[in-house]
Amino acid sequence: MAGFDHVAAEAEAADPATAARNARYGLILFTLYFAFYAVFVGLNAFAPDAMSVSFGGINLAVIYGMGLIIAALVLALIYCWLCHHRVVSNQTISGEAGR
Amino acid sequence: MIPDPSPLAIIVFIIFVAITLALSFYFGAKAKSAAGYFAAGGQIHWFVNGVAFAGDYLSAASFLGICGMISLYGYDGFLYSIGFLAGWVVALFVIAEPLKRLGKYTFADALNSQFQSRGITFAAGTSALVVSVFYLIPQMVGAGALIVPLLGLAHWQGVVIVGTVVVLIVCTAGMVSTTYVQFIKGGLLVLFSGLLTVMILNRGLKVDDRPEAMEPQVVTTTPGGTKLINGLPHGKGQEEADLRPVGHLSKLPGGVKETGPLGPLQYLSTLQQSEVVLWTKKEAASQSGKIITYSPVKTSGQDVLLPGRKYDGLRDNNLWKKLDFVSLMLALFCGTASLPHVLIRYYTVKNQAAARLSTVVGIATIGAFYVLTLFMGLGAMTSGTIDLTDSNMAAPLLAKNFGDLLFAIISAIAFTTVLGTVSGLIVAASGAVVHDLIVGVLGIPLKDHHKVRVGKIAAAIVGIVAIGLGIWFKGFNAGFLVGWAFSVAASANLPALVMILFWKRTTKQGVTAAILVGMLSSLGWILVSAETFQNVYGYPAKQAETLAWVPFSQPGLVTIPLGFLMLVLVSLMTRRNPTPRSLTEG
Repeated sequence: MAGFDHVAAEAEAADPATAARNARYGLILFTLYFAFYAVFVGLNAFAPDAMSVSFGGINLAVIYGMGLIIAALVLALIYCWLCHHRVVSNQTISGEAGR
Repeated sequence: MIPDPSPLAIIVFIIFVAITLALSFYFGAKAKSAAGYFAAGGQIHWFVNGVAFAGDYLSAASFLGICGMISLYGYDGFLYSIGFLAGWVVALFVIAEPLKRLGKYTFADALNSQFQSRGITFAAGTSALVVSVFYLIPQMVGAGALIVPLLGLAHWQGVVIVGTVVVLIVCTAGMVSTTYVQFIKGGLLVLFSGLLTVMILNRGLKVDDRPEAMEPQVVTTTPGGTKLINGLPHGKGQEEADLRPVGHLSKLPGGVKETGPLGPLQYLSTLQQSEVVLWTKKEAASQSGKIITYSPVKTSGQDVLLPGRKYDGLRDNNLWKKLDFVSLMLALFCGTASLPHVLIRYYTVKNQAAARLSTVVGIATIGAFYVLTLFMGLGAMTSGTIDLTDSNMAAPLLAKNFGDLLFAIISAIAFTTVLGTVSGLIVAASGAVVHDLIVGVLGIPLKDHHKVRVGKIAAAIVGIVAIGLGIWFKGFNAGFLVGWAFSVAASANLPALVMILFWKRTTKQGVTAAILVGMLSSLGWILVSAETFQNVYGYPAKQAETLAWVPFSQPGLVTIPLGFLMLVLVSLMTRRNPTPRSLTEG
């Protein structure tokens, strides 16, 4: 897949604008995943009965757990895909770089 | 249980270890410089590094500990799998790239890249050393547990063998060989776990309705130290008895005795409607000695696949126990990105893009493995292979159930994986000692080749300490012990790492204080917790709870925020330069 292109990957090294953009994508995806994980921990701790609801013979505890594992991989691939392209013009994002 | 070593297992095992050592010597001969020894010269391909992440990370705790915990408690063991994997999200999205940009050898370098502070170097170096040693304990315990059934040796002999082989590997090789060895083993471990899972699914589920499968087992240790099993002397001969391996189904849905091959989802849904026999352990002391009774309890499959069998507080309304669980899950989430041996793997690749790609490969490999742990654990739970005295052996004994060759291969992979993880940890610890503590803090200038030599001496010392601790902590679940290492790592390192990357007003005093306070508070919390009073100091459960100084055992929920708070407070107090630059801007 495109995100695994090694040559393109090297081109982006040490470009501050790209780095700032990647950091921003990273934080957004991190927040998403953290929310997903926090709800899981919260349900287990404070509403364990909710985990026994079954879908197609398999309970929510197992589905949610497997979902967290799969979601980590999916978000990681999305992140790679987002970061794959180098920021073309430093000017377009200079405002954000100074955040 | 008394082990039953097979010659085949021993031969396969020796071949594996020999190949590992040969690889180490081969690559070791190539690494002469300090950069080569500690960071593989930054020239490892991202794919190799990614699978090596898995090799490093899927240690004794994952393969032995989690499978064992699932086999005894069901779903609660799987919670560790979920937490261990979720931590990689923090590593990838928040830490990996800036860290790669800032550092050279150790994570202290990265923290220090804008400050050049001796205080930070000291704090970061010490915490890397402490966390590595903490993480080494479960590896050693797991390795010892593996050696027992494999070679028929005692647990302590296993620990000494691992320690010696690892020190040999580290002293001859360094990061290049560690990486390639981890690459091969990480790949093999996932591959063979997959094979084992296929075999479990292919066999399906089966009811064991023999009356003797439901008989309780009693271990009596007389005041003279003699061990009796069900009233007979412990042994394998006539008039002697040994503990039976346990774990079976007492009922399948629809009253069938056997299901035949099942798909993965079918396996879980069938188990959910079955009745599983789990075992409880009760200890009592009397005049005739210490008596441990293991009793079978019929449990609904629905119950086994829900949280709360190990974390019993989740089901009743005990707030402290609920917070204990939240605290553990927080530490697992935050811990991965704070582990020194995970962090140094970011210095073995060329650039940020390679760091990112190798993390994705790592997440894929590790995630696949953690999905398999659920099947392997449940397979062990229902295949009559559980050793009641050591939960760490569930996965290898399950493999033995499918034949000696698979057992030999899986044990050998697990053992060499432990070797690899331990070598990675020891390289990280010795790197911290040499770069951070000796050169950075004490200010002793070392030439390049001296650094490597001192690093090797440090590695040998850390190895010996780990051997001792591994013997001391025998019988603990490896996954549980790793939970402690995660708590300490997350409390000490994460606040500093995150704030230095994202908060412009961070000062060197703030970073130093956060690391030291996080490390000491989490260590202290563990030492005075109920779990430690019970399992380490040997008090009965009830008394341990009253003796404990803290309301729940897992420190993360308190000590991770404490680290952040400390950093912010001290940074605000010591602020001098009004416009320091943020590192995220390059």
